[in-house]
Amino acid sequence: MNAFVFYVVAALVLLGGLGVVLFRHPVYAALSLVGSMIAIAVLFLGLDADLVAIVQIVVYASAITVLFLFVIMLLGVDRREERDPGHVVQRIGALVLGAALAVGLGSMALRNWAVGTAPDTPLDDPSGGNIEAVARVLFTDYLWAFQVVSVMLVIAVVGTVVLARRSRQIIEQRQRQEAAA
Amino acid sequence: MSLAVRASPITTEHYLIVAGLLFTIGAVGLLVRRNTLIMFMCVELMLNAVNLTFVAFAKEMNDAHGQAIVFFTLVVAAAEVAVGLAIIVAIFRRRQGVTADDVDLLKG
Repeated sequence: MNAFVFYVVAALVLLGGLGVVLFRHPVYAALSLVGSMIAIAVLFLGLDADLVAIVQIVVYASAITVLFLFVIMLLGVDRREERDPGHVVQRIGALVLGAALAVGLGSMALRNWAVGTAPDTPLDDPSGGNIEAVARVLFTDYLWAFQVVSVMLVIAVVGTVVLARRSRQIIEQRQRQEAAA
Repeated sequence: MSLAVRASPITTEHYLIVAGLLFTIGAVGLLVRRNTLIMFMCVELMLNAVNLTFVAFAKEMNDAHGQAIVFFTLVVAAAEVAVGLAIIVAIFRRRQGVTADDVDLLKG
């Protein structure tokens, strides 16, 4: 990947991340998250991960963020955090822990890490490029994991419906309140 | 483009540093912010940093397994967001607020 492009995109990734943490307004934070995700997709393209980059944009930058925005719009913006900014000690502690984490991860990244020998599954399949290569691994070596993850998705969908449904108790409570009023 | 930028080729370490910094930003945000929605976004940032590490090592070793793993992370993240947001909506129905400090009934 071109060094200039890398530094610009990496800066966008990190600025987007900082925006999520620093913006007071959740909608701005969500939009900042979109920017960070798209920049990460560009980094994926530079790492020969074509399929992952596209899926990153479709799933992360679109679907998940739209879900966030929907919930923000549905609930309204909670301003209680601004009124009650919390303990200073907590924040300083978080920053100290964050600095320690950054130093730890950075030293791990720069230390001479050792990697074993890769199995014979190159990023670019001779017959059809990156998408075929990932698909072959996904549907052979990870077939069992793929099935389990499908079951987990079904459970998550059912759980979401159960959680988001208005329970009978609350509806009856509301009706009683309205009748009394 | 400065000379220093042109002189150094981009290696796996560069990607790992970016991923590490992004993970740190997400972790600090999770500790500092108390709006549950933004805490969720910080978790997404951390998951993305891990994905970036997987893809960087996939390139380093020229191995498609690293990219296949990213899909599983993605699915778990999507399920987590769906269930988490449903929980937030359910909490919001009972009490008008989604700040983490509002939800302390289990604290004892």
